[in-house]
This record gives sequence, C-alpha cells and structure tokens, in this order.
Amino acid sequence: MFACLAMVLTVWGLWLGMFVAPTDVQQGEGYRIIYVHVPVSWMSMVIYLAMAFWALLGLTFNTRLSGMLTCALAPTGAIFAFLSLWTGALWGKPMWGTWWVWDARLTSELILFFLYLGFIALTSAIDDARRADKAGAILALVGALNVPVIYFSVKWWNTLHQGASVSLTKGSSMQQTMLEAMLIMAVAFWMYAIAMTLYRVRSIILIRERHSQWVADLPEVKALSLEARA
Amino acid sequence: MIWSSFSDFWSMGGYGLYVWGSFGVTALLMGAEAFWTRRGRRNALSHVLAELRASDANGKDWR
Repeated sequence: MFACLAMVLTVWGLWLGMFVAPTDVQQGEGYRIIYVHVPVSWMSMVIYLAMAFWALLGLTFNTRLSGMLTCALAPTGAIFAFLSLWTGALWGKPMWGTWWVWDARLTSELILFFLYLGFIALTSAIDDARRADKAGAILALVGALNVPVIYFSVKWWNTLHQGASVSLTKGSSMQQTMLEAMLIMAVAFWMYAIAMTLYRVRSIILIRERHSQWVADLPEVKALSLEARA
Repeated sequence: MIWSSFSDFWSMGGYGLYVWGSFGVTALLMGAEAFWTRRGRRNALSHVLAELRASDANGKDWR
C-alpha cells in the first residue's frame, strides 16, 4: 500500500515539478534538481532519527522488534544520504562552480552517510543478532547528535549552502507550485522509505524467528516446502 | 505546459546533464533497492526452508 502511494505521489509530484512549475528567475531550469535533492536530504535525516528512536526504545525496554526495525531502516537511509550528496554535487557544479566544498552542511551530510555505512558494517560484523542490535543502537544514538548539526548548519556557520527555503516558523519563500511539487515528492519518498523498511523487516523477522513454529506454519513457507517435495 | 518541444524539455535550458543526472541516478538507486529488497525476501524464505528440511531430515523436532 505504501509502495502504491509512493508511486502515485511521485508521478503527481514529477508532473507538477517538471511540467507545471515555472522556470526559476536565478537558476533557470537547473533548479529542478530541488524536486529530488530536498526530499532525499530530508528523508536521510528523518530515517536516521527514526533509527535513533527505535534504538532508544530497544535499549530501554529491550524489545526485539526495535533492533530489527533499526536494521531495516539503515539501507534506505544510506541510499538517501548518498543521493543527497550526489544530487547536491550535480547542483553545486553549475550553480557554485564546484562539485564539492568542505562546508558545514555538506560535511555533516557526508558524516551522516558514513554513519549509515558504519551502522550497517557494525551490525553485520556481529554474528549474535541481539548483541549486534545493542552495538548498533549505541552507534545510532550517538550519531543522532549529527542530525541537528546538519539541520542548523546553515544557520550556525556561514556556509556556501543556501539557507532553508521552507521553515516551520516563517513559512516558505518559494513559489506555490514549486513548493507543492517538492512537498509531494517528499511525502512520496517518505512512503517509499516506509514500504522498503516494512518489506525488509519482514525478511529479518523470518530469519531471526526461523526456529519458531509460526514460521513453519506460514502459508508462504508451507507452499514452498510442498513445492520442493513434489 | 511550459515546454515547446521534447528537445526543449530534454535540454533543461542547458542544465540537462545535471538535472537528468540527478533524476536518473535517484531512479536507478531506488529501483535497485526495491529489487534487492525483493531478493532479500526470497533469500530469507529459502534460508528458512533449508533449515526446516534439515531438521526434518534429522528426525528431531528441536524447533
């Protein structure tokens, strides 16, 4: 269901963004990168916060599902963080004249990307799933300090990266159609992330609970084992 | 509609490489992730199945 929502919203958002929204006065058509750059960047931060939330829950209440959810979120987060850097580089080249600068916003986003990779490497290097969850949770929590740094970096430091065009307190400085298209794309990517995470967590649960009877009784598993026997 | 022709749309006012480079790689990676995730599900299922069969073959019900 989330996957369908994601697809419908992406088509709608791209239609608005690529065919309806006007040309930008300063950046010409180049600004249209915003329709992927801002959604992937937002989601790279939101997913990390979600991971930190589940990590905290897992550490305090020792719930099993939270560790699995944290693991399931990480790959999508890593992909979004990479895409944020990638689309940012492709936007920076024509507008700033450089693919990359060691500016606070860009550097902290790069750190976020490495935190995702570190989390994935750490959890997959530990064989015991429960211990991997604990170690990963600590990394996720400590790394969460980086998220506000990314968000506020354009305010705290004088950076090449422009300030926020959309703010919760001041509203938006963007043209209406552009803003709508961007927000629709952001919701679409959010739905995509939920779809991927839920799909992935189902596989993780299967693997971890493979010795329990309900897995053997699963219609999917029963059908497959009958097929194998025949 | 703001574009006069397809080539106009494709060139993106001279920013075609950057705009399509962004959208293309985003689509590619998201598609690849969907594919990996689906394959992960299949791998998980076959993993579970292999263990089930092994425990059946042992004749032990240690599940």
